[in-house]
Amino acid sequence: MTHPATSAIASDANGSPITPRGVPHHDGAVNPSIAALRAHFGEAIGRHAVVWGETTVYVDRAALFAVIQWLHDEPSQRYDYLVDVTAVEYRDAVRPLEVVWHLRALGHRQFLRIKVELDRQGPLVVPSIMAIYTGADWLERECFDMFGIRFEGHPDLRRLLMWDSYAEGHPLRKDFPLRGRFSRAEQLKQALAANPEARYSMNELTIAEAFDVLPEDMKQRLADERVARHGLEGGE
Amino acid sequence: MGLTPARALSTTTVDPSAQDSWVTSRLDFLVNWARTGSLWPMPFGTACCAIEFMSTAASRFDLARFGMERLSYSPRQADVLICAGRVPLKLAPVLRRIYQQMPQPKWVISMGACASTGGMFDNYAVVQGIDTIIPVDVYVPGCPPRPEALMHAILMLQQKVRQDRLRDRTQHVEIVPDPTSQLYIPASRIDELSEPFGNAVNQTRSAP
Repeated sequence: MTHPATSAIASDANGSPITPRGVPHHDGAVNPSIAALRAHFGEAIGRHAVVWGETTVYVDRAALFAVIQWLHDEPSQRYDYLVDVTAVEYRDAVRPLEVVWHLRALGHRQFLRIKVELDRQGPLVVPSIMAIYTGADWLERECFDMFGIRFEGHPDLRRLLMWDSYAEGHPLRKDFPLRGRFSRAEQLKQALAANPEARYSMNELTIAEAFDVLPEDMKQRLADERVARHGLEGGE
Repeated sequence: MGLTPARALSTTTVDPSAQDSWVTSRLDFLVNWARTGSLWPMPFGTACCAIEFMSTAASRFDLARFGMERLSYSPRQADVLICAGRVPLKLAPVLRRIYQQMPQPKWVISMGACASTGGMFDNYAVVQGIDTIIPVDVYVPGCPPRPEALMHAILMLQQKVRQDRLRDRTQHVEIVPDPTSQLYIPASRIDELSEPFGNAVNQTRSAP
């Protein structure tokens, strides 16, 4: 694999990454994807900042899906790994709430942090990127659970950490009291009333439904095992 | 207080000619001796306390000395539930279900500060002491407790088991609130009464 000369992480003679030393706190080397994004999307790309060698770029909400799609598909970018989806709310009341995506290009050894600013008064809605990264599924559900941000287009947006009938709100919001909104007794009563087995169904536990979206090599392996087990192609 | 009244079986009259008291006490001794030496623990480890529990079970501290080397990962064959670690509210129904699945007689050790009181996690997500969900026999302080502390708790539990009386079954009757009783107070009323008098973490014991 060849690495572009602008790679954020230097390589040694064997091509192995070297831990960068002496990275400046501010004004380090800017991720080259920023210039490419500006050339391609223009006004939709907001300001950017480099902190400890990591580049953060603010993106317009309307353009977010297209930006991430482009970063994922464009051969010169190839951001093939979604590290995290999360959000930040600041104590400063006028500062907007930020939704954060961490992307990594494993081949190009680049890291990019994308942020979308959301007005607290407005609807907390951003597009879901599950169509691009399937791994965004639970990350977006967690973000919805903890912050109440709705990911438009997510096929199954429900709580992840708290139980489904949790009624106290979204715990990581700044206006959420540390001990929750209800009394201890009420919290315990509601928690005990939840049925932990409600979501366990044979449909969720079976792999049959997921077969179509499995990678080809895994499909082939499962088919081979099936032949080895049953002796004939496709028969039971 | 709204609970099924205990059956009055805790006293016995000694009739020297019948000699049944002698037999009963020996049977107590025998049964308790057998139970004491083969308490099968059901580990419910959720946090760092479970690491200390593993250490206790391993060769250096050797849980086998107490007849507990057979860890029962099914509640249906377990005698002691050792709850090691914090219990989130989402896990509360699971812990209660596991306790209900254990056959009588059964005991519970609450290991560590988090299981006993919620510990430092005085927040929206953590049960403030598992005794708000299930009855507890022995509490082990510590964050996490050293294996010696857990072994001390096990010895205390064995002492308790030795003092069990077969004829007094009340200690192994699972007490369920009886709504038809005149003394029954609904949970909401208990909350209302007990809320201002709660301790620092505001525990109430009325949750069903």
